[in-house]
Amino acid sequence: MMMPIMVGITIITFAVIHLAPGEPTDRMTDMNPKISAQAKQKMREMYNLDKPLHVQYLLWFKRFVKLDFGTSFSPDNRPVLDKILERLPITIFINVVSLALIFVLSIPLGVISATRPYSLFDKGTTLFVFMGFSTPGFWLSLLMMILFGVKLGWLPISGIRSINFDEFTAWGQVVDYTRHLIMPVLLSSLTSLAFLSRVTRQNMLEVIRQDYVTTARAKGCTENGVMYRHALRNALLPIVTIVGLSVPSLIGGSVIFETIFSIPGMGMLFYESVMSRDYPLVMGVLVIGAVLTLVGNLLADISYAVADPRIRYE
Amino acid sequence: MSKQGEKTYFSIVMARLVKNPFAIWGGAAVALLFILAIFAPFICPYDPGVVETRILLQAPNAKHWLGTDELGRDVLSRMIYGARISLMVGIVSIGIATVIGVIVGAISGYYGGWVDELMMRFVDIMLTFPTFFLILAVIAILEPDIMNVMIVIGITGWMGVARLVRAEFLSLKQRDFVVAARSLGQSDFLIIFKHILPNAMAPVLVSATLGIAGAILTESALSFLGIGVQPPTPSWGSILTEGKNYIEFAWWLSVFPGLAILITVLGYNLLGEALRDALDTRLN
Repeated sequence: MMMPIMVGITIITFAVIHLAPGEPTDRMTDMNPKISAQAKQKMREMYNLDKPLHVQYLLWFKRFVKLDFGTSFSPDNRPVLDKILERLPITIFINVVSLALIFVLSIPLGVISATRPYSLFDKGTTLFVFMGFSTPGFWLSLLMMILFGVKLGWLPISGIRSINFDEFTAWGQVVDYTRHLIMPVLLSSLTSLAFLSRVTRQNMLEVIRQDYVTTARAKGCTENGVMYRHALRNALLPIVTIVGLSVPSLIGGSVIFETIFSIPGMGMLFYESVMSRDYPLVMGVLVIGAVLTLVGNLLADISYAVADPRIRYE
Repeated sequence: MSKQGEKTYFSIVMARLVKNPFAIWGGAAVALLFILAIFAPFICPYDPGVVETRILLQAPNAKHWLGTDELGRDVLSRMIYGARISLMVGIVSIGIATVIGVIVGAISGYYGGWVDELMMRFVDIMLTFPTFFLILAVIAILEPDIMNVMIVIGITGWMGVARLVRAEFLSLKQRDFVVAARSLGQSDFLIIFKHILPNAMAPVLVSATLGIAGAILTESALSFLGIGVQPPTPSWGSILTEGKNYIEFAWWLSVFPGLAILITVLGYNLLGEALRDALDTRLN
C-alpha cells in the first residue's frame, strides 16, 4: 500500500516542478551573465534536461530511491538531503509536542462538553472552538508577539535560543529553549485543538446513547468509569483517524509559524527554497513532507489497532 | 412529490435554519460581506488606491474610521475592496474544487471496480501532501497572482468532496428510483447527473460552505507570505502584511484586516455547521 503511494507522490512532485515556464536551470543561468553556453549545457546534462520527460523522471526516481535528491541551486551547493535533515528535527519536535498538546487538551474538553451539553462550559467551549478554527494563525501570532514579546516582555519572539545560550547551565538552556517554543507550539496547535474537541464532543454525544453505556451504568459503574472506560474508548476511534489526517495540515502550517517566529526548521527552509526557486530543494521538501504524513498515518493505524481489539484480532 | 399542505424538504430546512442562532449570525456575517463586496464603489468613503502623503499612518478618527496606512490610503475603503477578493477567492476556488470532487466522486461511486480503485488511490496520494506546501510550490513556480491562487486552492482541495460524493453514490445507486431509471433505458450520464446527484448534494453544500472558510484563510496566509494577491490590489492578507512593519505604532493596520478575516471565516463556519444540522434527515 505504501509503495504505490510513494511512487504517486514522486510523480506529482515531479510534475509540479515541470509546470515551470522555461527550464529549471534558466533561473540559475540567466541571473549569472558570466556563465557560458557550455556551462549551461553541462548543467542541463546534470539534471538530464536534454532527455525526454519520462527518462528524466526515471533517472530522478533512481536517485530518489537512494535518497539522493541532488544538490541545492543555492550558492552553498550542498546536498538537498543534508539541508533538509539538519532542519527536520526542530520541525518534528514542534509538531510532536503540538500533537501531544492537542490530544491532552482536546479530549477532556470534548468529553466534559458532551457530558454537560448546553451548559455554560459547553457553550464557552463551543465559542472557543469556532473562534479557534476561524482565526488566521499568522494574525494571532503577530498579536501575541506584540503583546507577550514586545509590550509585556515575557517571551522571546524569534529563533529557538537566546544569543548567550552557551553561557547557560543545562537547566537554563532547557528553560530558554522552552520559552522560545511556547508561542509557536501553542499557536500551531490551536486550529487542530479546536477542531478535535468539536469532533470529540460529537462522537461522545453519539456514543453516550448506546446500549452498552446504559448497561455499564446499570451494573453500577461510577460515572467517570462509564465515561472514560466505556464511552470514550469507543468515541476515540474516529478521533485517531482525524489526528492522522491533521498531520499534513500541521506540517503545512509549519511554513507560516516558522517564518513568523524565525524558527530554522523545515517550514522555513521550504519557504526560502520556494522564494529562491531552488527546485531540487523544493522537490526534496515536498517528498519528505509527504513521507512524514505517511508515517503519521501509519502511526494512526497502529494506535487504531491498540484502541480497537476488533482490528487486532482480525 | 409533495402534496398540498405537506411540508417540502426545502421549507423544513428553512424552518430549522431560522431557528438556529448559528445560522442567523453566520448568515448575517456572510450577507454583510456580500453587500460590502457588491456595493463597494458606492459604500467606500474614499478611493482605495489614492495616495495622500499628508495623512500618513493616522489613527482611526472621524474622517478615517479605521485610520490610514503608510501611504495615506483609507484603511476602511481598502478593506471594503478587500472583501471582493476574499469573496471571489472563496467562491471560485471552492467552485473548482466542488466540480472536480463531484465528478470524481460520482464516477468512482457509480461505476465502482477498477475505475473506483484507481481514482481513490489518486485521492489517497493527494491527501498525503501537506496541502499548503503544494500550494506554495505551485504558486511560486507559476508566478503569484489571484487567478493562480484560486486555481491552485481549487485543485488541491477537491479530495474531501470526492470521498463524500462517492459515499453518497454507493448507497444511492442501489435505490429503487435508480434501478427504475436504468430499466427505462436512460443513459449513465442522465442517471448520474439528473437522478442521483441532486440527492447527493446536501453534504456537498455543507462541505462547500466550510470549504469557503478554509479557502479564505489559505488566501490570506498566502498573501501574508507575499505570494498571494499582489499589491496594489487590496486583500485583507496583503493589508496585514504591509501593516505588520508598523505594528508597534500603527496597530490598526494589523488588527482590523485580521478581524475582518476572522469574522468572515467564522460566518461561513457557523453557517456550514447550521446547514449540516438543518439538512440532516435523521433529525425530525
